[in-house]
Amino acid sequence: MADTLLRIENVSKRFGGLLAVDRASFVAETHRITALIGPNGAGKTTLFSIVAGFLPPTEGRIVYDGMDITGMPPHRLARRGIARTFQIVQPFIGLTVHENIAVGAHLNRPARAEALAAAADVARMVGLADMLDRPAANLTVSGRKRLELARALAIEPRLLLLDEVLAGLNPSEIRDVVPVIHAIRDRGITIVMIEHVMQAVMSLAEHVYVLVEGRIIAEGSAQDIVGNPRVVEAYLGHGAAGRLAAGGGAGG
Amino acid sequence: MKGWAPIGLTVAALAAVPLFTSSNVVLNFLVMALLIALVGQGWNLLGGYGGQYSFGHSAFFGTGAYVTAILQMRYGVNAWVGFCIGIAAGALVGAAIGALSFRSGLKGSYFALVTLAFAEVLRIVASVAPVTGAGVGTLIKLDLRPEVFQFQSRAPFYWIILGLVAVSLILVRLIEGSRFGAYLVAVRENEDAAAALGVDAMRVKLGAMTISAAITAAGGGFYAQYFLFVDAGIAYGPWISVEALLAPIIGGIGTVFGPLLGALVVKTLGELTKLVTGDAPGLDLVIYGGVLVLVIAFAPRGIAGLIADLRGFFKPSLAAAKPNPDRGHG
Repeated sequence: MADTLLRIENVSKRFGGLLAVDRASFVAETHRITALIGPNGAGKTTLFSIVAGFLPPTEGRIVYDGMDITGMPPHRLARRGIARTFQIVQPFIGLTVHENIAVGAHLNRPARAEALAAAADVARMVGLADMLDRPAANLTVSGRKRLELARALAIEPRLLLLDEVLAGLNPSEIRDVVPVIHAIRDRGITIVMIEHVMQAVMSLAEHVYVLVEGRIIAEGSAQDIVGNPRVVEAYLGHGAAGRLAAGGGAGG
Repeated sequence: MKGWAPIGLTVAALAAVPLFTSSNVVLNFLVMALLIALVGQGWNLLGGYGGQYSFGHSAFFGTGAYVTAILQMRYGVNAWVGFCIGIAAGALVGAAIGALSFRSGLKGSYFALVTLAFAEVLRIVASVAPVTGAGVGTLIKLDLRPEVFQFQSRAPFYWIILGLVAVSLILVRLIEGSRFGAYLVAVRENEDAAAALGVDAMRVKLGAMTISAAITAAGGGFYAQYFLFVDAGIAYGPWISVEALLAPIIGGIGTVFGPLLGALVVKTLGELTKLVTGDAPGLDLVIYGGVLVLVIAFAPRGIAGLIADLRGFFKPSLAAAKPNPDRGHG
C-alpha cells in the first residue's frame, strides 16, 4: 500500500433540503491516478469543489498530506500544492495562452520573465506550444481543455484534481490527451479525476470510486467496477444488471 | 525595455510645451487635462486592470484635497507635507472602503453602487462638518512661494502635474509587467480560476484599490493647491468620479496610455463645445455622454484599442504573427 496524499472522511454537503454529498469517503494514494465516476448529478463536482476549497462541507474532514485542510480557501490550498481544473473551462478570455499559463507559473516565480519561461515549458508538455500568442478566446474546445490543464500544472502541484478534462473531446483528441495525463502522473503528481469517458477511465485510473446520489457505492480497479452489478444498475436502472447477465449469451 | 520609450517621449514632448507658449488658456487647459489623466489613471488601475468599476473615486480625490487644505489652514502644516499626508489619507480611505466592500463579496454593479454611496456620504458629511468649513468650504491662503506649493505662473504647476502623471504612467507600466499585475488581470477575467491558481483575490483587489486611491488623492491635493479652494461639491462631488472613469474608458481601458489619451480627447471636446455653444452649463456633459455611447458601441477598447486595430489593419502580416506585441513580454 502506497502513502495516502489525500483522505476524504465522511464528507457531506447539504444545499437546503438536498443532500448532494452523503458521508462520502475516499483516499488518493501518492503518485497514482484515482478516478471518481458516477451518473450525472451524483455530486462528483460538488465533492471536488469541497476538496479544492470552493465550498465548505456541511460535515466531514479533508486531510491532505497529514494535515486537516477542511474549509481552507482555494488560494491557500493552491499554495500547498493542490491544483484543480474546472469542468466548465474558465480561461482568462482576454489574455493570450501564454499569459493564462503564466498566472499559474507566477505562484512559485515572482519574476515575470521566469514565469513566462516556465509557462512556455508547460505549454510544450500539453501540446500548446504553437499557440502561445493566441488569445485564449480563439481556442477550440480541445485547446481550452489543454489550457485548463496547463494552467493547473503551472503551479507545480503535488495533487491535481481533474474535473472532466476529456468531456467534449472527440475520440482522436482523447487519444492525444491520455498520454499527457500519463506523463503528468509519471512526473510524480498524484491525480484525482472525475470522468465520464469510460475509455479513458479504463486506460488511466488505477483505482476507481463510484459515487451515486452522493454516496460512494463501490470501489476497486477499473475492471472490478465495470463488472459490479450495483454500478451497472446505478447507470442503467434497477434490474439492468440482471437483464444484461440474462441476455448476455443471446444478445452478445 | 520595451514599453518605456513611449512614456519617455510623451512626457518629454509635453514637458516642452511651456517653452513654446506662456498662454494661460493653453496651460490651464493642459493642467486640467493632465489632472483628469492622473485621476483617470487611478481609476484605470482598479477598473481597467482589476475590473472593479468604481463610481465613487471622488471619495479619494476629495480626501486628498481636503486633507491637503485642512492641514495647512487649521494645523499649520507645510503644504508639501500636507499634500503627501493627503495621498496617504486617500490610500487609507481606499483600503477601508475596499476592505468593507470586497470582504462582503460585492462585485460588478453592486461594488459600483457602494463606492458611489461612500462618496455621497463623504460629500454630505463634508458639507456639514465644521472641520471642512461645512457649506462655505476651505480657502487656502494666497502665499505665492514654492515652499508652500504655490507659484507665480502656471508653468511650474503644469510641470508638477505632468510629473505626477509621469509617475503614474511608470507605476502602472511596472505593475503591468509584475506578478501583481498578472494577478490583478487574472482576477478581472475570472476570480474563481485565479483563486484555483493560488491568487488571493481579496488581497490583490485591496492592493489595487489602495494604490488607485493614492493616485487619485494626489490629483485632489494638486487641485486644492491649484485653485486654493475646496468645498464639498468640488471635492466629493460626482463630477470627478465621472471624469475619472470617462477618460480611461474613452482612451482605452486597461492600457497604460488610455487615461491620458482619453483625458486629452474629453477635455478638447469639452472646450470645443464651449467655443461653439457659449458657456451653457451641462452641455459638455451631454457631449461626454454621446462620446461615451459611441466609444462603447464602436470601440469598446477605446482610442488605444482603435489605434492597435488600425495598425493591425495596415500591417496585417505583422499583426497576425504577434497579435499583442505590448502585452506579456515586458
